[in-house]
Amino acid sequence: MPRISVTVDGIRYDEEVEPRLLLVHFLRDRLGKTGTPIGCDTSNCGACTVLLDGRSAKSCSVLAVQADGCDIVTIEGLAAGESWHPMQKAFHEEHALQCGYCTPGMIMAAIDLLHDDPDPSEEDIREGLEGNLCRCTGYCTIVRAVRRAAREMSQEQEGAAAS
Amino acid sequence: MIPASFDYVRVSSLDEALETLREQGEEAKVLAGGQSLLPLLRLRLAYPGTLVDLGRVEELRGVADRGDHVLIGAMTTHYDVVASPVVREHCPLVALATATVADPAVRHRGTFGGSLAHADPAGDLPAVALALDMEFVVRSAAGERVIPAADFFLDYLETALAPGEILTGVRVPKLGPGWGFHYEKFHRTAQAWAIVGVAAAVRRSGGVVEEARVALTNMGPTPVRATAVEQAVRGAEPGGNGGAAGGALRAAAERADEDTDPPADLHARPDYRRHLARVLTHRALLAAAG
Ligand SMILES: Cc1cc2nc3c(=O)[nH]c(=O)nc-3n(C[C@H](O)[C@H](O)[C@H](O)COP(=O)(O)OP(=O)(O)OC[C@H]3O[C@@H](n4cnc5c(N)ncnc54)[C@H](O)[C@@H]3O)c2cc1C
Ligand code: FES
Ligand code: FES
Repeated sequence: MPRISVTVDGIRYDEEVEPRLLLVHFLRDRLGKTGTPIGCDTSNCGACTVLLDGRSAKSCSVLAVQADGCDIVTIEGLAAGESWHPMQKAFHEEHALQCGYCTPGMIMAAIDLLHDDPDPSEEDIREGLEGNLCRCTGYCTIVRAVRRAAREMSQEQEGAAAS
Repeated sequence: MIPASFDYVRVSSLDEALETLREQGEEAKVLAGGQSLLPLLRLRLAYPGTLVDLGRVEELRGVADRGDHVLIGAMTTHYDVVASPVVREHCPLVALATATVADPAVRHRGTFGGSLAHADPAGDLPAVALALDMEFVVRSAAGERVIPAADFFLDYLETALAPGEILTGVRVPKLGPGWGFHYEKFHRTAQAWAIVGVAAAVRRSGGVVEEARVALTNMGPTPVRATAVEQAVRGAEPGGNGGAAGGALRAAAERADEDTDPPADLHARPDYRRHLARVLTHRALLAAAG
């Protein structure tokens, strides 16, 4: 069986995996990182989105062996101790979730979006999150949350630059 | 679902990939970005014996300006194609269409070559390849050959690639000055795949359409070149006197569904696709000639 070495949420793991093991199953079943859910069988819903070497990827559509040597961040790796990531806070404050099933993927995709465009318009956000389906909120509060996080993250950066 | 078992070989060069394919025989398949293949494996619609992973073959990745054409490496991701200044400058139609492929997470992993080799009739890039007369550079243990786009797409998910052959890159001819481009796509909000798509390139001179290239996505088992439209639109004056001008492009677009064989599926019936092809072709021509 192939051996892989990956860093997940800052911790390095060396594991033997069957080639057919999907990254999402590796995260959930092997590492117990059930924060990343599986929402579909067709690679459509985006619930399973993680950051793979810094860029969003649907972990149901990547083999664990393909991730060998990569750095992976899941929803569980965002908070710094007790302190949430600004995107997590913004989703909470704007009520950008109801059942919460899509939320981990939405948050990871939204963080990836701000990486390319720190100040996206509503239209940019809707397009940037087109691979993530929510069946509850109607998206308006999700868009508001991403706008809010964008503002807060750019203020944080300005604050950091000024100090 | 969990895919059926297969063996996995990660290669680090094209030669190693070709050698591995030769050893493994017909049961082997190459894995590019996995964004079409992994969904098929998950639904157990494909049962490869061995996957040969090209993900770390750096020589197949990247965009190069080659004078009269642009060479796009097969393993260049959709994301990198859209971001490439060379693609944006010399092949804007490729950038426009690729930006509509799937969603950002899929574009980070899915590749230019994978989309073309997969040859999904609903995929956006095959029609663009046909409209621009791209050339497919293919390698096997026996050597290299070049396949024109017009000979590449044979049938539903079927291309001229033989077992053991790898698409290494695609040559996109530079069209030169005077051309306008547009990719017009109709799809469901929650599903990026085209119900119908139209790739259009139009060259104007002195306000008159001198030449047009039009190809259709998802109007048959392969992409189709709308040759009747291309001929009919020649000589039209899109910017001319109002109604008559718009009328010339519209009349040409009315011929968009000639010689097509649109599929019926849960998104659309064939007659609706024919209607869409005409309307979207009109929009694409207006935008490309604009
Ligand atoms: C949710 C979702 C939405 C999508 N929406 C769209 C869309 O709107 N438009 C669109 O065009 N596409 C869409 N796609 C497909 C996407 O563009 C894929 O990236 C593409 O079809 C396949 O590229 P890949 O690199 O992932 O190939 P893979 O999945 O790795 O391979 C696909 C096939 O091509 C073969 N292959 C790959 N590379 C080579 C090569 N170099 N030489 C020989 N054979 C090769 C493989 O063996 C396999 O049979 C979507 C995919 C998903 C998951
Ligand atoms: S589980 Fe739906 S896209 Fe991955
Ligand atoms: S909150 Fe329920 S699916 Fe998005």
